[in-house]
Amino acid sequence: MPLLDVHELTTHFHTREGVVRAVNGVSFRVEPGETIGIVGESGSGKTVASLSLLGLIPAPPGRIENGTALFDGVDLLACGPKTLRSIRGRAISMIFQDPMTALNPFMRVGDQLMEPLQVHRGLSRREARTRAEEMLRLVGIQDGARNLSAWPHEFSGGMRQRVMIAMALITRPHLLIADEPTTALDVTIQAQILELLARLQRELGMAVILITHDLGVVARVCRRIYVMYAGQVMESAATEALFARPRHPYTEALLQSLPSTHVKGEPLHTIPGLPPDLIAPIAGCPFAPRCASATDRCTRGAPTLRELVPGRATACFRVQDGEL
Amino acid sequence: MTRPLLELRELRVHFPVYAGLVRRRLLGTVRAVDGVSLDVAPGETVGLVGESGCGKSTLARAVVRLVPCTGGTVGFEGREISALREPAFRAIRPRLQLIFQDPYASLNPRMTVFDALAEPLRVHGLADGRDVLRRVSDLMELVGLAPRFMRKYPHEFSGGQRQRIAIARALALEPKLVIADEPVSALDVSVQAQILNLIARLREQMGLTLLFIAHDLSVVHYLSHRIAVMYLGRLVELGPAGEVFHRPRHPYTRALISAIPVPDPVREKTRQRVALHDEPASPLNPPSGCPFHPRCPWAEPRCAETVPPLESCGDGHQAACIRLDQM
Repeated sequence: MPLLDVHELTTHFHTREGVVRAVNGVSFRVEPGETIGIVGESGSGKTVASLSLLGLIPAPPGRIENGTALFDGVDLLACGPKTLRSIRGRAISMIFQDPMTALNPFMRVGDQLMEPLQVHRGLSRREARTRAEEMLRLVGIQDGARNLSAWPHEFSGGMRQRVMIAMALITRPHLLIADEPTTALDVTIQAQILELLARLQRELGMAVILITHDLGVVARVCRRIYVMYAGQVMESAATEALFARPRHPYTEALLQSLPSTHVKGEPLHTIPGLPPDLIAPIAGCPFAPRCASATDRCTRGAPTLRELVPGRATACFRVQDGEL
Repeated sequence: MTRPLLELRELRVHFPVYAGLVRRRLLGTVRAVDGVSLDVAPGETVGLVGESGCGKSTLARAVVRLVPCTGGTVGFEGREISALREPAFRAIRPRLQLIFQDPYASLNPRMTVFDALAEPLRVHGLADGRDVLRRVSDLMELVGLAPRFMRKYPHEFSGGQRQRIAIARALALEPKLVIADEPVSALDVSVQAQILNLIARLREQMGLTLLFIAHDLSVVHYLSHRIAVMYLGRLVELGPAGEVFHRPRHPYTRALISAIPVPDPVREKTRQRVALHDEPASPLNPPSGCPFHPRCPWAEPRCAETVPPLESCGDGHQAACIRLDQM
């Protein structure tokens, strides 16, 4: 049984300009202990989808229009704020892209680390402090006692992200949602943080949803990948299969536009045009206007994500019909 | 051999750091750029890579005098421009342009595309009257924007389109040298490819010399003839792009290249990674000797003693490591 089973999640924002269809019928699942990747460019809806699960969408203007998200038998989208509060930060934790804005600048690092333990586990200050020190050591910050009384601004970006991770994992959650956790960091620090996440995942046996735009990062750490575009899942597959043979024109175009897949000097493949405006209703496949393989049919009807073989699904008519 | 277009000699940019609001006392000096020597030949593209805080952007800014140099010289077109007085420097400035990372911040939100592109032409007296309109629409076409959008404001454009406007603005004065400071870092992959192609095309078309600054080595490798690697204010490796990328000699470059995630899960599984401990030291308090030695897996005691100079290791390839012969 999956740890998290999201079905037809739909989140819209009702703004003065119109309805922004940020997430449109997204389904995915996470097995206990596995790492999945949700990949997409800015505006693809990957962050809104994960915030929706935790009830962190500002409402209004945001509204979850449809869908279920079963976590351990509880529907996160229907369970109400009280239940959600008891799950968030305890069974499901989240880390964000920018560790500077995600930490409270007016609270000492130690107090921020101890807070979830005191709130969720009812530990005393002293017990929480011991656990916080242990956790700092686990994420590779030595001299825990001194660093607990430091302020966030005294830490570098990499150190802050370690603190964020320590904060998210201190309650030993079953699921960690990591939204671009290394995007703001340098590559050598990124490598350290990814290694740290993988090690902690093994040690704590938790599942991870990694949200990123970086195809290299997902190739390194994820077992399965969902590719999002314009608020929909375009393709899902095991990591090796996806990179070896993408089964959606968008994934293919995305992989081809990476400089590292090119011989030096030859022009890079580009995807013409821009992602669609999510306020205007989209008839047909959202990628069709930019797709080199699109036919009339692609602009008339909207394809749905359909399984080709077990564990491998695509939302492209032409691939589904064996034409591509 | 032709004379380099840009010649940096022992360039230094140091910033004093003070503490206290009323009684200011000197805390120390940040050695953002600490003795960098680099030549860029006409028509050449040199990629400058390094992690945040290594001084690569400060170097770019020092060349165009957005920050003052504290030592060393900058030569351009055979003249030492770092010694020039302000009016003389301003006469050179059109031929020396900068493109910034964030196209959201580098364009004035209250100026239309037309205003943004017409301003440099007018300031430097390159066009007036109807000529301005013609030049602006030419520039827009050059960077792949429809001239009918010239009365629009920056917020009406996407990130990629804004970067095109910023590039057009830098090219308005037909510069010889363009310094591009992380021009594609803020963009999505598919848009990044469009802008990289644009830069490559303009380089050929206009015969531009390019100092291309980025933290993404695969992007730099794709575009550059030579790559310079910077760490804590110093160059640690310099050489032909393919050499530096495929056969890095300095331990830091090796770590940097091995840390880049490759979009290939099969290779990712088997790839050896150079594990680094710690994080870069603060440029306020750099380590003694080789700036990289506290993080270097190959370091030995003598690395803490002297700062290794850049030494040749074959065909225009240089690295600053005292264990170079063993690397």
